[in-house]
Amino acid sequence: MNKKDRWAFVGMGLLIAVFPGVALNVKCISHYVDVMVFAGIFSLVSLGLCMLMGYAGQVSMAQAAFFGIGAYSSGILTSRLGWNPWMAMPAGAGVAALVAWIIGVPALRLKGHYLAMATLGFGVIVHIILGEEVKWTGGPSGMVDIPGLQIAGWKLTSEVAWYYMIWSVVFMALLFCLHVIYSRVGRGLRAIHEEEMAAESMGVPTACYKVQIFVFSAILSAIAGSFYTHYVTCLNPGSFNLMWSIRFVLMVMVGGTQSLWGAILGAVLLTFAGNEWLQIFSDFEILVYGAMLLCAALFLPGGLASLVPKVIGVFRNSLTHLCKR
Amino acid sequence: MQEACCPELSSILEISDVQMHFGGIVALKGIRYAVPPGIIQALIGPNGAGKTTLFHCISGLIQPTFGHVLFEGRQIDGMLPHKIARLGISRTFQHVALFKSMTVLENIMLGRHPKTKSGFWATGLRLPAMRREERKILETARYHLDFVGLGDSANLPAGTLPLGKQRILEIARALATDPRLLLLDEPAGGLNIRETEVLGDLIQRIRACGVTVILVEHDMNLVMEIADRILVLHYGSQLASGTPMEIMDHPAVIEAYLGGG
Amino acid sequence: MGTDFLQYTITGLTVGVIYAMVAIGYNIIYNVTEIINFAQGEFVMLGGLFAAFFVGTLHLPVFLAFFAAVIATGCVGFAMERFVIRRARNAGVLSLIIITIAVSILLKGSAMLGYGKDPHCLPAFSTRGPIMIAGAVLQPQVLWIFGVSALVVIALSFFFHRSFYGKAMLACADNPIAARMVGIPVRQMVLLAFILSASIGAAAGVIITPISLMDYDRGAMLGLKGFGAAVLGGLGNFYGALLAGCVLGLAESYCAGYLSSGYKDAVALIFLLLALFFKPEGLFGSEAATLKKF
Repeated sequence: MNKKDRWAFVGMGLLIAVFPGVALNVKCISHYVDVMVFAGIFSLVSLGLCMLMGYAGQVSMAQAAFFGIGAYSSGILTSRLGWNPWMAMPAGAGVAALVAWIIGVPALRLKGHYLAMATLGFGVIVHIILGEEVKWTGGPSGMVDIPGLQIAGWKLTSEVAWYYMIWSVVFMALLFCLHVIYSRVGRGLRAIHEEEMAAESMGVPTACYKVQIFVFSAILSAIAGSFYTHYVTCLNPGSFNLMWSIRFVLMVMVGGTQSLWGAILGAVLLTFAGNEWLQIFSDFEILVYGAMLLCAALFLPGGLASLVPKVIGVFRNSLTHLCKR
Repeated sequence: MQEACCPELSSILEISDVQMHFGGIVALKGIRYAVPPGIIQALIGPNGAGKTTLFHCISGLIQPTFGHVLFEGRQIDGMLPHKIARLGISRTFQHVALFKSMTVLENIMLGRHPKTKSGFWATGLRLPAMRREERKILETARYHLDFVGLGDSANLPAGTLPLGKQRILEIARALATDPRLLLLDEPAGGLNIRETEVLGDLIQRIRACGVTVILVEHDMNLVMEIADRILVLHYGSQLASGTPMEIMDHPAVIEAYLGGG
Repeated sequence: MGTDFLQYTITGLTVGVIYAMVAIGYNIIYNVTEIINFAQGEFVMLGGLFAAFFVGTLHLPVFLAFFAAVIATGCVGFAMERFVIRRARNAGVLSLIIITIAVSILLKGSAMLGYGKDPHCLPAFSTRGPIMIAGAVLQPQVLWIFGVSALVVIALSFFFHRSFYGKAMLACADNPIAARMVGIPVRQMVLLAFILSASIGAAAGVIITPISLMDYDRGAMLGLKGFGAAVLGGLGNFYGALLAGCVLGLAESYCAGYLSSGYKDAVALIFLLLALFFKPEGLFGSEAATLKKF
């Protein structure tokens, strides 16, 4: 980790820590804590996807499916088979990892569009299975009465408790990703991003790294799915369709594909947009998402994160200008 | 062309009847050659002679249509490039393929990839073994940085260096993999006389470390000065090979280069 | 048993031909630009909805509506290339994927805005009653579907092998730089590819709507299955696409008939995944084409 990331890490930590204190005392935004729990859950997905898009240069249209695999594994294992949620979570992650590996190995051997299309097809298949296997998943009407989470015998019931728990997990995941980026493997990944042929010739196993990142992103999504299940305690297949996969891609695009900070920012913004600001559009929010995705890809390929250094630069310039006067 | 093989010398690299077809175009028409260890072997010929194609075949970026490549007696055609790098062959590129937004030091650190092994999970969790390895990578990278004389630009982004230094950096990155065979693709391309001199000196120092160097180059002065042996390619087949002196007087080479004038 | 089988075969071939037309749409754009247009399915949906609008609201006769819908969707293809794809001509593969996905969402959203969520219907092209063949029902519309798609395939192969523009487009596909050097306006060819592929998609949408209705949400699935046909037939190969489309349609129809109707949509996708994994050059794609393109 370099200096900038260290400062950003501390800064974001403080911001996240004090947020509930502020939000809960202001009446009209007190429910923002709840929104931020979802933002945290989705941040996990977008972190994994950001590693895949920004560093392996591939896009997955199946993150919602992996999210769903995690969610339904947790739901089925806990409510139908009586497992402990903390056992169900790694089980779901394991299933997602295995599936991602099976898809990833052949699809990543091919270039360009193939992983996108393969994951698109796979995502739809998972969605169909969730709707069809009524005996296990409850079919289109979904599942209810899934148990919540307990930590050492203490039930997580309040939103604030969930908030702190989920954001600690996000920070752990972020730390993990940052460590990867600033290490041997991360150098390999950045090298693949810049000059794939040279990276391969310098001994970087490019295909293997891409598969690992894809599997990693699937695991993060599945874990996020598990948390989601135990937070909302009910499930239906509608939360795991193609539109959700596109939303996850949009989170990363808005934040910036090459920045893990951007991924979290994007997840927070999009969650607020989806849960709060775009409610007035109701069904037509899909249009807003399409427009946002198009604009991000056409006009702001680096995402919002790429604006930060520019803004800081302008700020600094005007500051020195003022001081000179 | 009978002199191409040198049976009396044990060879580090053996190219046996390598052919490369791109659709209907034949870029290499059956090259047979053996490179003895510890020398600077130059590979010359006009543009389109198949020099870079041969490099790609050796480093595994393309697979020869026919024939085999043997490195230290081991067949390497059909292997993936990163596996070949692991065996001890490294290379540079004609178009300077540096990782431009990474720093100079990071570029060389990347070169340690084949000699290190901490994986994805180990790096993410920062396990102690990985930290030790990371320190070692940094140490070795600094050593190579000083070896090529770029110590003062360690933390600059590689893309900001002038071309001469970029070519040197690419060599340093290749050296960081601890190769026994180093392939240099036009390392003097675009360099001025002063820079070329530094480069020639560096290549000779690399040979002194026991690394065999194969050099594709157009700068004849450089080739004649430092090469121990020369192989001349012409439209995908070998025209002549021998010491610089032999090549200079070789009638076929004179014919090809001066156009039979 | 025999009757059922015949009935499933008719149904399978009908949807199979539609998948084939979607696949041909992918192929045209892919051939010229090497872009996979993720919005291809939306063109089909738009074609169907436009035609429903022209017939239902403007009371045009159905044949006029067919052409009007094809032209209207062609205009959408034009706009997509001219105002979106052209701006992103220097973008990487990742951006292009995302851009075409964004366009597909926009088209879908606009269709929902314009036509609502309910399915729309269209009268059949001819008013004759169904034909009975050995106990199986054959809607006359199915014959129209076969006829129109056969016409499209024949017209396309004439276009690509006989006409100047078609040959120029193939040249762009083969080697864009060389094509530009001999004076072929590559940009115009790309534009033409988008218009053509949107129109063909729209034609598919119009002819299937009398049988299966059309709503705003159908595009993605049609697009995916069509892509399955394109890959299975070998990307860039028209006849391969036609054959593969029929294979997919039949597989889907038999699955719905004999196994489980719930999983019928998954069948084509499983074929798509299997093709991507085990035979990415397709059943009929040539080795050389694969080498060049991937």
